[in-house]
Amino acid sequence: MVHTMLILIAAATPVPKLWYALPLIVSISLVYGATRHEHLKPILIHSLRSAIWVTGFMAVIFAVIWLAGFWN
Amino acid sequence: MTEVVYNQPDGDPIVVDLREPSRAALLAWMWPGAGHFYQRRFAKGFLFMICILSIFFFGLGLGRGRVVYASTKPGDYRWQFACQAGIGLPVAPAILQAVKTSAGGDPMFVMCERFPPPPNYPKAKGSERAFYRITPQNRNGYDGPTLKDGFMAAPQGPILQNERDVLGMWHFDYKHNFDLGTLFTIVAGLLNLLAVYDAYVGPAIVTSEQLDAANRKKRDR
Repeated sequence: MVHTMLILIAAATPVPKLWYALPLIVSISLVYGATRHEHLKPILIHSLRSAIWVTGFMAVIFAVIWLAGFWN
Repeated sequence: MTEVVYNQPDGDPIVVDLREPSRAALLAWMWPGAGHFYQRRFAKGFLFMICILSIFFFGLGLGRGRVVYASTKPGDYRWQFACQAGIGLPVAPAILQAVKTSAGGDPMFVMCERFPPPPNYPKAKGSERAFYRITPQNRNGYDGPTLKDGFMAAPQGPILQNERDVLGMWHFDYKHNFDLGTLFTIVAGLLNLLAVYDAYVGPAIVTSEQLDAANRKKRDR
């Protein structure tokens, strides 16, 4: 059911495969945050920062690859 | 009993009771979050369990139960399994399947069977496949030996570099989902190693002493 819903959401976007990054970013950020703190609030704050950092890093890589596409 | 105390620059020190760290680490490896439940760190236990198991099973579903398997067969040395094994018991079926099929036996939990297309097999869309999933429609009277896809079992038959084989069929059938499923399960296994570390030595919290030392170092430069 959840899987079907995720596929439907993914199919409705112009870049469907990018949606697969979402559960990975969320899980990695939360687990990493949890190894750096003991209480829930700082874990969530750290996770949010990590998620933003990972998304930013992905955006930079995307921009580099996108610009490289003009290199002809 | 092992207690770790983290002095904080502001507020009360954080005390973490690790109980028996090695036992907690073993439990954490066996099942994500179990080590933290043993240490009565329930919130973190739930967090690890939900995050790690959800991406593991999501990946396993993407790869239709075929992306986690142990194999050292020529042409299919499954190094990814070393990372996936970081999640412990959830990959136990893969080890059981490897033991069961090591002497050439059939896997357990068979999901489908494949057979080589007969020479006079009618050409149809997609018939370039070397092996076909057996269904009552396309079995077509074939009664010879079959190759079985088992849950978390290695692909049967030889894995050849430039010829069609069962592993190639899996990639053909599940497209990018096979690689994504492999990636998700690898990440889940590696994340669980972080959880094992956390259960064994506690969280890597920056203490006030470390903060002071870092500030001193900055001032001295």
